Amino acid sequence: MAHISNTMEVDTHYILGVYSDEDDLKHGIDHIREKGISIYEVFNPYPVHGLEKNLGYGHSWLPKAAFMFGALGTTCAITMQTGMMGGLWPMIIGGKPFISIPDFVPVSFEMTVLFSAFGMVGSFLVSQDLKPYKVPRIFDRRSTDDKHIVAIDLAKNTLSEAEIKTVLQEAGAEEVNRKDFTEEENNPSFFKYLGDLFKYGVRSTSRPK
Amino acid sequence: MAAHKDHHFDREALNEQFIFSAKAKRTIFILIGIGVLFSLIGLFFMATDSGHHEEAHAAIEMTGNELSSLENPDAVHADGEHAAEGGHHAYHWTNRVKVNLWINVIFFVGLSVIGVFWVAIQYISMAGWSAGFKRVPEAFASFLPVGLVLFLIAFGWGFHEIFHWTDASLYDKASASYDSIIAGKQPFLNIPFFIGGSIVIIGGWFLFHFFTRKNSLAEDKATDPKQIRKHYRNMVKLSAAFVVFFGVTSSVAAWWWTLSIDTHWFSTMFGWYHFASWWVAGIAAITLTVVMLREAGYLKFINENHLHDLGKFVFAFSIFWTYIWFSQFLLIYYANIPEETAYFVERLSSPIYRKYILIILLVNFIIPFFGLMTRNAKRKMTILKVICITVIIGHWFDFYQMITPGTLREHGSFGFLEIGMPFIFVGVFAYLVGMSLAKAPLVAKNHPLLEEAYNHET
Repeated sequence: MAHISNTMEVDTHYILGVYSDEDDLKHGIDHIREKGISIYEVFNPYPVHGLEKNLGYGHSWLPKAAFMFGALGTTCAITMQTGMMGGLWPMIIGGKPFISIPDFVPVSFEMTVLFSAFGMVGSFLVSQDLKPYKVPRIFDRRSTDDKHIVAIDLAKNTLSEAEIKTVLQEAGAEEVNRKDFTEEENNPSFFKYLGDLFKYGVRSTSRPK
Repeated sequence: MAAHKDHHFDREALNEQFIFSAKAKRTIFILIGIGVLFSLIGLFFMATDSGHHEEAHAAIEMTGNELSSLENPDAVHADGEHAAEGGHHAYHWTNRVKVNLWINVIFFVGLSVIGVFWVAIQYISMAGWSAGFKRVPEAFASFLPVGLVLFLIAFGWGFHEIFHWTDASLYDKASASYDSIIAGKQPFLNIPFFIGGSIVIIGGWFLFHFFTRKNSLAEDKATDPKQIRKHYRNMVKLSAAFVVFFGVTSSVAAWWWTLSIDTHWFSTMFGWYHFASWWVAGIAAITLTVVMLREAGYLKFINENHLHDLGKFVFAFSIFWTYIWFSQFLLIYYANIPEETAYFVERLSSPIYRKYILIILLVNFIIPFFGLMTRNAKRKMTILKVICITVIIGHWFDFYQMITPGTLREHGSFGFLEIGMPFIFVGVFAYLVGMSLAKAPLVAKNHPLLEEAYNHET
């Protein structure tokens, strides 16, 4: 973890609560939300069942995107096949009519699946802001090992830092830390990514320092 | 972990007893009454109306043959043969009753064996979420003995009209109607083997259910954890054996009971297709029963999470059935071999049976596919109920179009009798399931995975 000195330009400030038990975490989150504090994100070493309920998350829009992309795939497939077989380049296959719906079903099915799968992956990447030159911000390395981290954005809350820290302690956090990120860390530059790519090769990029 | 801290789990508190109320029984008797009434009206019409039929059908037969010969000149020979087969048995209005009885026997025996199969699948995969309502599929199997009796009655009464291969002259080389293809199938298609095999199949299914049920009830009464574990292990082993047995017998049953009606024709996908139809209808019936019990105030801890998973099953296996159903058709359509296409010409070129293809596609695929697609739809009891009923009706039609064209040919139709008889069967089936549910506690309170079912979240 890079040490950030006070003299650097610091743009975002987070208060982190560290938990090691998922039940304590869930109760803690309930307590924090009762106090009217909005939680920026929770980092877990493994998926915690039912956490999204404690956090009050709504449903994802990804299923809708999947359906729309799937419908687009079906439309494309049927248009393509009727267009090709019906007008552009009709071919006699097995003595069947040029436009025979049963023949079109497998291709339409495959294209529906393909569009829906790729569309959903693309939507997910966009929705999570996952781009090649994205350098993940590490709040606390232990969230990949055995700790649950609750991150609270100071700018999004009206309470002061000290008050939030008190609430976190009341909510059963084992440790309460502060974490700051610079502007460069929040929004890594695409040009710097390209420069690094040419200078140091693929393996040097996309990694937190 | 969450379970221990958040919810107090008490097995004893989950104990429930289903009471087969007079009101429920009355509803079932009304269903049977409607069925009997419709059947009698149908029988009356058929018995009095049989004179008209001959001319009308001659016309239809001609158009049917013309259509098929237009579509496929090579099939003329095969079709001529079929017409000869049809003409061989003089049509009498009781044929329709026999065929209807057969459709319903096959369909409802299927629904009840799916109950056994469902329980077996849950045990071998050690699924916890379904432990709360496992008495429902268990109760389905109580129809099997009745089904076997009805099966034997239906076969004994109608075998000559339903199964072309039961005609002895087909195997006699001296006879004019000697059929070398059917004669080649004689080792498999003969009456003693058919009856013996069918008894072994249905009896075997019931036997597996009998031992599973015995362990299941003993598990309820056991207090020693070692005993409970032993019963659970027994059920897992029985289930593993049953799945192997069912894998073979469900296909053999499909060949014997349904595929052999179109004696010349065969399809290697038929066993799967037949099973898929049973399976999705069975799951829909299980879901429907769970929803109805839930609405009547039973199965208190079954919530929308469990319904969501049941809905996923109905959704997924509707697609699975469509996949199988369409694959069977597509291969035959594409290869265009007369011996194979005859089956579909019979269904798609006939003005009587053509419409069922569209009904089946709409009801068994399009409605469950769009109706159960969203998360919310699977979690709402009303939507589940409507779609499950639709799917069950749709798969009844699937069996109707598997069995009727090969037996009734140009005489087939859909009338009061076809509506009435399923009502009688639904009534009998529901009555037996209700009786079976009332015999044992509704929740298997010593099921080792009950706590998982209790805390299930989707």
